[in-house]
Amino acid sequence: MNILQSFKMALKSIWGNKMRSFLTMLGIIIGVASVIILVSLVNGQMSYMKDSFTSMGTNQMTVRLTNLTTRYVDVDEMYQFYNDNRDLFVQMTPSVSVSATLKYGTESLEDTTVTGVSEEYLDMKDQTLDAGRFISYSDIASRQKVCVVGYYVAWKLYGGVDNAIDETIKINGYAYRIVGVISRQDDEDLEEGGTDDILYLPYSSAAKMNSTAHISSYVFATADTDYTAEAKEALETFLMGIYKDDDLFRVTAMSEMLESLNSMIAMMSMVLGGIAGISLLVAGVGVMNIMLVSVTERTREIGIRKALGAKKVNIMQQFVIEAAVTSSLGGVIGILVGAVATTIVGAAMGISATPTPAAVIVSFSVSVGIGLLFGYMPASRAANLNPIDALRSE
Amino acid sequence: MAEPLIELKDIYKVYQMGDEEVRASDGVTMTIHRGEFVAIVGKSGSGKSTLMNIIGALDVPTSGQYLLGGEDVGSMTDNQLAHIRNKMIGFIFQQYNLLPKSNLLENVELPLLYAGANANERKERAMASLERVGLAEKWRNLPNQLSGGQQQRVSIARALAGDPSLILADEPTGALDSKTSREVLNFLQKLNDEGNTIVMITHDSAIAREARRVIRVHDGKINFDGDVNEYSAIL
Repeated sequence: MNILQSFKMALKSIWGNKMRSFLTMLGIIIGVASVIILVSLVNGQMSYMKDSFTSMGTNQMTVRLTNLTTRYVDVDEMYQFYNDNRDLFVQMTPSVSVSATLKYGTESLEDTTVTGVSEEYLDMKDQTLDAGRFISYSDIASRQKVCVVGYYVAWKLYGGVDNAIDETIKINGYAYRIVGVISRQDDEDLEEGGTDDILYLPYSSAAKMNSTAHISSYVFATADTDYTAEAKEALETFLMGIYKDDDLFRVTAMSEMLESLNSMIAMMSMVLGGIAGISLLVAGVGVMNIMLVSVTERTREIGIRKALGAKKVNIMQQFVIEAAVTSSLGGVIGILVGAVATTIVGAAMGISATPTPAAVIVSFSVSVGIGLLFGYMPASRAANLNPIDALRSE
Repeated sequence: MAEPLIELKDIYKVYQMGDEEVRASDGVTMTIHRGEFVAIVGKSGSGKSTLMNIIGALDVPTSGQYLLGGEDVGSMTDNQLAHIRNKMIGFIFQQYNLLPKSNLLENVELPLLYAGANANERKERAMASLERVGLAEKWRNLPNQLSGGQQQRVSIARALAGDPSLILADEPTGALDSKTSREVLNFLQKLNDEGNTIVMITHDSAIAREARRVIRVHDGKINFDGDVNEYSAIL
């Protein structure tokens, strides 16, 4: 008797007990669907986070300093270090955050991200200009009251990119001239506090506005993430030489954060997949339970088959395949349910979540495996029935 | 004389029931040749079912030798026994033992399925077999759509499908009324006339007299073995 025949028999038996087969499958369906939904949603959410991390630049590292009156690093020293290490670093900028209110005429913006930066910042962030120019070295040297605004600011306060150029904007009451407009970053949303609601000014002007003598934050960029470790060490050695205390500074590499994010993603997927996997295991016990009942119910059938010449392996094959077909049918339905649910839930949560091929393959093979594994015990019980006793059973 | 089909030599079958030994077969020796129609008769508990299980290769004796077509069945493994049952023996049971969810054709195909015949051959032979019992046109029906007599005919068709050397009937009329019993017995006689070897197990002397030779068992021993006319004479 061949395998194909066993499949036919299995399908017939499943079809013959529709309600029971469906309830048996339900456990597998729920298990597989929940594995797919959880893993896909977590992956969707995490890859969104990862993308936003990557867009910040994985080749960058930020330096935060606590400047004391006795021990500090001023901008010139930092530039000196930067110039001495051009083999490691390709760009560098001081970064001065300003908490500011922007005003033009009667309109004002409260949530704009206002940052004092150097002339290298635009390239470092891989941004481009829609109009005008970026902040120049001479602006910084002479603390010019010029600034570059994001698309949202130009659109909101001036009604367009071209209208904003050479206009005056008031930052915390100081009048600045707009010399350039950054291209739109976010194609979907244009909103207050978003990635286009930004303003850059010379870091020297920003420091003056904040009344700080020393700048406490810098961003360095390396040519490649391969240099990250070396560059970080160089920075730390340099800063340690000045501060003599590693509590007073902190160097954070984006690529390291990305790595820890990645391992967090892997952890989350494993934990959630594991929890969902437990429901698959429970479903497997359900399959075994039903198959045991089925063997008991069909003792007489087994007896007849054995009397007519079925060997142990034939009976074994019949029941194992029946269990495997039941659970893999459940697996297929579960995958479909999971895929649909993922799309719906993902849309509702605003994540672009699609079932990963890995999740589909793993959960399908797990459900087939469960069928084989948990079908084995009932099947071997059936195969080892004595034909005489089996024939006598009612 | 030709080699016998069935040769039982000093067969013992002993069951352990607690501390007690039960000798279901207590030294049985018999020989059955091809073309015979033998009834094994005995009361309940006489050991006739044990004999039927041994002859049917469903069970092996505790001691003694059983040759079926010259092959020693007594020392076979489970798989070899399954093969012997499939190739050599056609079973007819009291309760018909048809698979309720399979149609008549599928039921009759079953022994051919385990013999490894391909789909076309299975269908052809099973249909021919159903034809012999006059139920070919009902092949799509399920067993429970048929009368008891018809179901028993299906089980005869199933027994014939594999073209076995021996037809082993266990109380074939036990569940039937006298009219359909008559039909089934006539059919068995017809099969015997066509040259099939038939061994029929029964508790009913009247049924046993439909055979050509009668073997009576009592307490695991044979206490009569002879022609049906001799058997009638001692009743």
